[in-house]
Amino acid sequence: MSALPLLRIEGLEVRIGTHLLCRDLNLQIFPGDALVILGKNGAGKSTLLATLSGLRAPHKGHILLSGQSYAEQDARAAARRRSWLGQQRGDPFAATVLEAALAGRHPHLGRWQWEGEADTRLAQAALAEVGLQNFQSRDVQTLSGGERQRLAIASLLTQEAPLMLLDEPLTHLDLNHQIAALEIFRRRVTEGAAFVAVLHEPGLAWRYGTKVLLMYGDGETEIGAVDTLLTPERLSRLYGHPLLRVEQAGRVAFVPA
Amino acid sequence: MPRRPRVALVALFFLTLASLVFALLSGAVAITPYEWLEILQGQPTLAAEVVWELRLPRALAGFACGALLAFAGTLMQALLRNPLADPYILGVSGGASIGALASILLGLGGLALDVFAFGGALAALLLVFGLAHGDGSWTQTRLLLTGVMVAAGCGALVTLMLAIAPEARLRGMLFWLMGDLAQTLSPFPPLIFLGVALLLALPFTRELNLLGRGAESAQTLGVNVRFLRRLVYFLAALATAAAVTSAGAIGFIGLVVPHLTRLAIGNDQRLLLPAATLLGGTLLMAADTLARTLIAPEQLPVGVLTALLGVPLFLFLLSRGKGRAP
Repeated sequence: MSALPLLRIEGLEVRIGTHLLCRDLNLQIFPGDALVILGKNGAGKSTLLATLSGLRAPHKGHILLSGQSYAEQDARAAARRRSWLGQQRGDPFAATVLEAALAGRHPHLGRWQWEGEADTRLAQAALAEVGLQNFQSRDVQTLSGGERQRLAIASLLTQEAPLMLLDEPLTHLDLNHQIAALEIFRRRVTEGAAFVAVLHEPGLAWRYGTKVLLMYGDGETEIGAVDTLLTPERLSRLYGHPLLRVEQAGRVAFVPA
Repeated sequence: MPRRPRVALVALFFLTLASLVFALLSGAVAITPYEWLEILQGQPTLAAEVVWELRLPRALAGFACGALLAFAGTLMQALLRNPLADPYILGVSGGASIGALASILLGLGGLALDVFAFGGALAALLLVFGLAHGDGSWTQTRLLLTGVMVAAGCGALVTLMLAIAPEARLRGMLFWLMGDLAQTLSPFPPLIFLGVALLLALPFTRELNLLGRGAESAQTLGVNVRFLRRLVYFLAALATAAAVTSAGAIGFIGLVVPHLTRLAIGNDQRLLLPAATLLGGTLLMAADTLARTLIAPEQLPVGVLTALLGVPLFLFLLSRGKGRAP
């Protein structure tokens, strides 16, 4: 394992106003890691992820991307190290699907450089991976919610950052596309990337995560291996509703009691 | 650069030249082919003076102001992520109008009027920037609301000044407000402004594309959003101030030319910004030529013409574009 983690968090404290979301959080993400963040609505999952991606300053503590803080590297260098999939989708002006997918190439291109054939091939491959290969010249404004989400994933893939920060990557996706998207991320992880993802489904965290982070919403957090933390007792407390663990054909699901 | 947009840019360049030739050929004074021969040979005739001293500066001023307005409109639409944004939306023209009308009320004209107008525009842009900046969270909604409020306040002051103005000064004030190139002193300040603004903006056009898709995703793609927003705001506001100072608040160009260009070549700012700038200059130059020849020797305020011609043209293109959409 390489010496420098893709992401290293030391003594992190995140607050919104006076509301404490997490304190003294320590964490390292290495290539091959897949961390899933679980918690109730409003527990601060997205805020934590935005903090990790450098969009918000932490209240306390350090965030190091490949050993450097966000202040020590310019935005383009950071963009080659981590990508971020946000929840907001808005396209006030028309653009083609291919153009949108090419946006991920920005940190790899010089100021006066145009996207070349290699970039286009990469974007086309990413679009094919999310099943949008026949949508290249469609206007993004005509896409459905799920198609837009898959396009956002394709754009994230063209960024080719080794650390992917995914805020609810499965929003608007049907079950088949949910699994397809997670398989895409898992493939990247086996190739040496890593992801930190906010998910709503503990069963998918079980299946695709190597670690989980539970956020209880009052500053308390737990981090650890999937099979130690994803117990019905813990999850019942996490979501404030009793949950049952169901296991079939090697898959685990948690259903509301 | 892909081939098709490159062709579009070259075609646009020739359109600009055609518009310039049209501006030089047309006017209240008829110039015979023989006189043109003399002019081209460089003879100092009366006709030559009309062409070089009157028509050319005015054509260049029209080009510069139209280009500045289209440039500012394109930037404002990307900055505010709002297709309805135009160069005047954030109150710059309101500030300039207050300055200009105050100068006319005081009986000052010429350079003093320009200084007053530019000062008013600067005051408005700094006021909006300061208020919108506030606690450091500089969201486009906050910027937009602040700008619209400042513009509304300026509008009230302008109405007040018109209400108390003496009869004799009203016509000049109204012409200034509608936008009129006859008042331009020299085409060179706006032309120089245009060149500098374009040089500063063009290196950031790919980043503008990303900013248009959302500030946070742009930031994580490697755009320094804070810097880019300020740069774009100041470039757009100063370009507007320069145009309004030279020719008054000419409507339509800044809002509609970016959309016209978008319909033709798409929304990639790397092409859109230079193409819209060229088209804005070309259209205003042509419109001004019509404004000073249609009922010659009387002149129309060009702002009226741009709106009268532009609005139906744009609505036509928009309805045609809808049918073509996939």
